[in-house]
Amino acid sequence: MSILINEKTRILVQGITGREAATFTKDMMDYGSKVVAGVTPGKQGQKVHGIPVFDTVKEAVEKQKANAAVVSVPPAFAKDAVMEAADGGLSPIACLTERIPKRDVIEMVAYADLKGVKIIGPNSPGVISPAKKAKLGFLGGNNPERAFRPGHIGVVSRSGGMCTEVANLISNAGMGISTAIGMGGDSVVGSTYLDYFPLFEQDPETHAVVLFCEPGGTKEDVLAEWIPGHFTKPVVAFFGGKFVDNMPGMRFGHASVIVRPGSGATKDKTRLFQQAGVRVVEVYSDIPKALREMLQERVKKSGKAISAARKKSRPAKPQAKKIKKTGKAKKAGKKR
Amino acid sequence: MRLYEYEGKILAQKVGIPVPAGKMVDSPEKAREVAGEIKGEVVVKAQILLGGRGKAGGVRFASDPGEAEKVTREMLATRVRDRKVEKVLVEKKLEIVEEMYLGITIDEINKRMILLAGKTGGVEVEAIAQKPGAGFARALVDPFIGVPGFRAKELAKHLGATDKGLGALGNIVSRLYALVQKFDASVAEINPLVKTKDGSYLAADCRVEIDDDAIFRQKELESLGIFPREERGREPTELERKGAEIDRVDHRGVAGRVVEFDGDTALIIGGGGASLTVFDAILKYGGKPANYCEIGGNPTVRKLQLLTELILSKPGVKRLAVVTNVLSNTRVDLVARGVIKGMLNRGLDPRNFPVVFRVPGAWEDEGFRILDKYGIKYFDRTHTMDEAAQYICQMGRS
Repeated sequence: MSILINEKTRILVQGITGREAATFTKDMMDYGSKVVAGVTPGKQGQKVHGIPVFDTVKEAVEKQKANAAVVSVPPAFAKDAVMEAADGGLSPIACLTERIPKRDVIEMVAYADLKGVKIIGPNSPGVISPAKKAKLGFLGGNNPERAFRPGHIGVVSRSGGMCTEVANLISNAGMGISTAIGMGGDSVVGSTYLDYFPLFEQDPETHAVVLFCEPGGTKEDVLAEWIPGHFTKPVVAFFGGKFVDNMPGMRFGHASVIVRPGSGATKDKTRLFQQAGVRVVEVYSDIPKALREMLQERVKKSGKAISAARKKSRPAKPQAKKIKKTGKAKKAGKKR
Repeated sequence: MRLYEYEGKILAQKVGIPVPAGKMVDSPEKAREVAGEIKGEVVVKAQILLGGRGKAGGVRFASDPGEAEKVTREMLATRVRDRKVEKVLVEKKLEIVEEMYLGITIDEINKRMILLAGKTGGVEVEAIAQKPGAGFARALVDPFIGVPGFRAKELAKHLGATDKGLGALGNIVSRLYALVQKFDASVAEINPLVKTKDGSYLAADCRVEIDDDAIFRQKELESLGIFPREERGREPTELERKGAEIDRVDHRGVAGRVVEFDGDTALIIGGGGASLTVFDAILKYGGKPANYCEIGGNPTVRKLQLLTELILSKPGVKRLAVVTNVLSNTRVDLVARGVIKGMLNRGLDPRNFPVVFRVPGAWEDEGFRILDKYGIKYFDRTHTMDEAAQYICQMGRS
């Protein structure tokens, strides 16, 4: 299994005639994802890589039975595009557009809630479920197989680039990914950790979750509060930007702290995570080692074998032999 | 974009929130003039983008125009909370009987705007708000309904308003939300919101932050004399200014947003989370960054070349690290070409100068071939950014 998307996901790309969108549409198709329609107002009848373009989401859904969307349109039009996808009942909607006004984001997220659909992002690279060859967005570029091998680790990242980087590290270490999500780095995103974690808890194919977090906000604080009693699988977290704690901060106003206590500092978030049983690693290179240790502890506790290894159906890759020597992974690399 | 108090008050007035009579000035003479117009006691407030002015001598009273001039002269000559004071706000001194708090900001967990109303205002408000029974009310705003009259009334009532005060204070609540909507503010705070001896309510201070991503559609701000500006908390250095010029050479990709530090290790690092991660790693392995500089979005060879020349021009720079996450769209070969050109233009031989690359991703085979040709040490995607950081920190040390 996987979360959010699978082999039945029929993808609609909003803004498909744009240069970026046309590129990642091709990448998604090459990967094996089912792209069934595109929408660009005024361009109905055109085709992009053989995919029919429609003027409206409504027509695209009727004719092509799309059930999920990728939105890649300029910021000023993003709210309407996302609302149109939500109105069409598409879910999830991966919104890749960056720098959408927050007022618009709040409105489109509220509308998605009303329609009962899930938004990933905005400012997200998308989502990928490797075993299902399903991907919304541009994670892994034109070669997602290299960084995202099928497996049992879920990834949620506040940074797009680090989503691929962390997945690549996990894959290199002989493990693999169930579903990886670029949550989006903005303060308001359609779905936060709290929206993804219950899905990972339910997904039998996900054995552990890795988080890439950054300073600022209270999303991690709230997750730390939620985990005990709700989430039973190992969680490994890494914070990029620890140095920010030591920079002379410019605080402005009090409002955000009144909403909910939380300094935004990584040291405080780290403490809260640790109290919740989340393993916080100091360098991200240590993520595979921490994962392996936590999964082994879990095996010992439950007496059940839960393998972190890649799916057996996949041919063994040379990287698999690295499983036993992660301890030495810090040694400087050799030139190729 | 953070606004000064006087700018916040311009917006407040625009939506009908009452503020004290007053004016922003930038000279002692003008302060005298404004104080003369106001009549009676005035308050002179330093306009800086930091809280806690009061305790730092940034808020002073004057009983007549002459004193207002003197106070302003002193304030413009000093620094408040280590900020140069270029403007002051001269306002009528209020006869305050109550100080409250009213704010609107984004609740990132509930994904809505949230109204905050506290019975106690002032600089200690965030500590007060955490205490149980502190009298802080919070109300999420449904974006499709906004702040209806009844909600404004409830909050006004919570703040202790009665009789006609309910309407007056309720209006301030709904108008503050109108301000947020009209001007795309991500934060708007009235702290303190005061009740004066004559029973009226005013915004004694007003802090507004405009959503940077919405400035493109906020044309009205300029007509009100509020212009887009970049906030760094300090003046940009020469190196940072030149970096920004390089970033503007063409629109393709990001390369040039430089933040300068005191160290000896020049950094060209991947954007967003990756740059945060690499910077941490450099510090962890004992390195001293000379700068922070993200690249992304496939910048041109020319930009990378100029950027490399710039950051290597800083005196005392001994090594260079070009480290990114696994890239999806920035081309490795273009990064390699640009950086090597920049080094050569600076007269640095890549074979001798300590430099490391860890830039895997699109077009990496071509990129690695170029790096090999110039004898540059690099790591591929089977090695982490931490390993590259550790390696460069040890280089040229022995």
